[in-house]
Amino acid sequence: MIVLEKRPQPSKAWSYATPLVAVLATMVFGGLLFAILGKNPVEAIGTIFWEPLFGEFAFYYRPQLLVKGAPLVLIAIGLSLGFRAGIWNIGAEGQYIMGAIFGAGAGLAFYPLDAFYIFPIMVIAGAFGGWLWAMIPAFLKVRFGTNEILVSLMLVYVAEQMLASVSLGLLKNPEGFGFPGSRNLQSYDSAHNAELIAGSGMHWGVVTALIAVIFSYVLLNRHMLGFHIRLTGEAPRAAKFAGVNPARLILFCLGLSGALAGLAGMFEVSGPSGVVSIDFNVGYGFTAIIVAFLGRLHPVGILLAGGLMALTYIGGEIAQSQLGLPAAAIQVFQGMLLFFLLAFDLLTNYRIRAARSEVA
Amino acid sequence: MKFTTLLASAAMALGLASGAMADEKTKVGFVYVGPVGDGGWTYEHNKGRLAVEEEFGDKVETVFVESVPEGPDAERVMTQMALEGADLIFTTSFGYMDPTINVAKKFPNVKFEHATGYKTAENVSVYSARFYEGRAVQGHIAGKMTKSNIIGYIGSYPIPEVIRGINSAYLHAKAVNPDVEFKIIWAYTWFDPAKEADAATVLIEQGADVILQHTDSTAPQAAAQEAGNVVTFGQASDMSEYAPFPRVSSIIDDWAPYYIARTKAVMDGTWESANTWDGIREGMVAIGEISDAVPADVKEEALALKAAMAAGEYHPFTGPIKKQDGSDWLADGETADDGTLAGMNFYVEGLEGEIPQ
Repeated sequence: MIVLEKRPQPSKAWSYATPLVAVLATMVFGGLLFAILGKNPVEAIGTIFWEPLFGEFAFYYRPQLLVKGAPLVLIAIGLSLGFRAGIWNIGAEGQYIMGAIFGAGAGLAFYPLDAFYIFPIMVIAGAFGGWLWAMIPAFLKVRFGTNEILVSLMLVYVAEQMLASVSLGLLKNPEGFGFPGSRNLQSYDSAHNAELIAGSGMHWGVVTALIAVIFSYVLLNRHMLGFHIRLTGEAPRAAKFAGVNPARLILFCLGLSGALAGLAGMFEVSGPSGVVSIDFNVGYGFTAIIVAFLGRLHPVGILLAGGLMALTYIGGEIAQSQLGLPAAAIQVFQGMLLFFLLAFDLLTNYRIRAARSEVA
Repeated sequence: MKFTTLLASAAMALGLASGAMADEKTKVGFVYVGPVGDGGWTYEHNKGRLAVEEEFGDKVETVFVESVPEGPDAERVMTQMALEGADLIFTTSFGYMDPTINVAKKFPNVKFEHATGYKTAENVSVYSARFYEGRAVQGHIAGKMTKSNIIGYIGSYPIPEVIRGINSAYLHAKAVNPDVEFKIIWAYTWFDPAKEADAATVLIEQGADVILQHTDSTAPQAAAQEAGNVVTFGQASDMSEYAPFPRVSSIIDDWAPYYIARTKAVMDGTWESANTWDGIREGMVAIGEISDAVPADVKEEALALKAAMAAGEYHPFTGPIKKQDGSDWLADGETADDGTLAGMNFYVEGLEGEIPQ
């Protein structure tokens, strides 16, 4: 008989090992799934993990990893701060949308003026949009004690309606023959978040994501506020005695994660996407939650997890077109990753022991 | 700037090289917005793909990626197909328009075909079907079949293609039943069974006993079946698994002949950028079998309407037609021109509500 025994201390070794074990288990069981679907599992797994990095066309896919990973990392970094303090912002998708609307709106307001200050204004507007949207659950929680999980999540759907509305009205391209969607910011130089070095995938969003990783690392390890965030999550009572002001912490964590999500949306709409359209959001805000946990809420971990997630997306697409794997199989594969992570996470706090069945 | 050109040409050279290596086979890529098993829009495009495979056998290789979000992801999928040597790529959703144009610029030797859009280029064609002709037949049957005089309509996005369908269906329902009223719900999705089922349920609760849909799943059919006395029509695909009732007929998009012809053109080196908008006459739009749940005389009238359109004798938008605000649109006997239809952003007189702005 096998029993689970709580560890006196969470195992440090396991907390580092679980993501790796989870990835390995995903490969094994994912391979099994692909085998059942009649595909060569080694080839399929190889295509997903190898092809984007070292395959024939890696020169194109590597930059794409940055493009796909940057918004995930940027959003996840913001979320992780709140998650550590037990503040659950589930509505990053909505804040991402609002950041895009505000950012693109600010840029389009200047159209067709050419000026160096337009892009910085868009950056500020994007961060502000996300911040504003996150302030709603933050304010309601501080003032009325509402549940921020529900409020922030529900606001995603409100944001989606706003997105549809501006795509059809306020921001609609006047030269678009009545079709929904804004002007393409890629063809408006002053507002275009272009690649800093052409072909590298490096746009301002990638740079910002990297800065956010460093900033978050310093904040958590070297700053009083970071200490308060960790303390609140790990020992709320101790935090109270240490003089942490919970209301201020809620406003800070939700506000910052909103602003970062807003920035991600703004960089996406002004760069890779280019257009405010009804279908602009593709779930980065939700996927970032997975990335945050996959990265153990640690800045460097999140950076790696964002890269891994981007890899499965891009590799998954290649596997679809080269091997004819169905999209659903790829999604199951991604789901397995989170599932195994959570499953093996158990081993951080518990250990498995073989025990003789005892008679009570 | 120079580096971009360099990279683009490197990519091109590679694309060309791998294209040349596999030259015996023409490689055709398909980018789908939904899953191939959606039973509607994407399902029919995939049938077109299979028809291409069947027609050309060993001479052709097809690849596809399904459920691709409209935006940067679509751009990456298209680039990937082009890099891997695709000669012809069909991008089958309106939202793929700008990505298609972007990728086409980088791969001047690859041909692109974008469904339902309006931006063309030297190597980008657009194609669409005159679904509104099918809507006319549907509207006629719907107007005759409704007892509550309330017809529900599940719209996807308020874009000209969808608005055209609503107008066409309404005009022909109204022609046979002056008391008819349309209730329209915008789902803001092409494919989301849960949302579509919700929309259908709401419409049924509001008294609709006929439901038309411009979304791709069979969820509204299932909702109608559950309600028991609600008539539906298959959308994009026949959806015959719900026949003879609630599904009494359908609009079927038949892309196979077009896909075969375009693939052939690439093989022969005769491919040219074109703007194709075909309807019932050319066979791109088909009317699925009208089931026995429809009275024989109504069925006969509907088939006559279809025959008139197939013969080019009748245009669904023939005046006199006024716009919703009461202003004149088409004079007596005048037919709508394609330009106005392509960008249609107004309701005809009698429809209630506003197009979301």
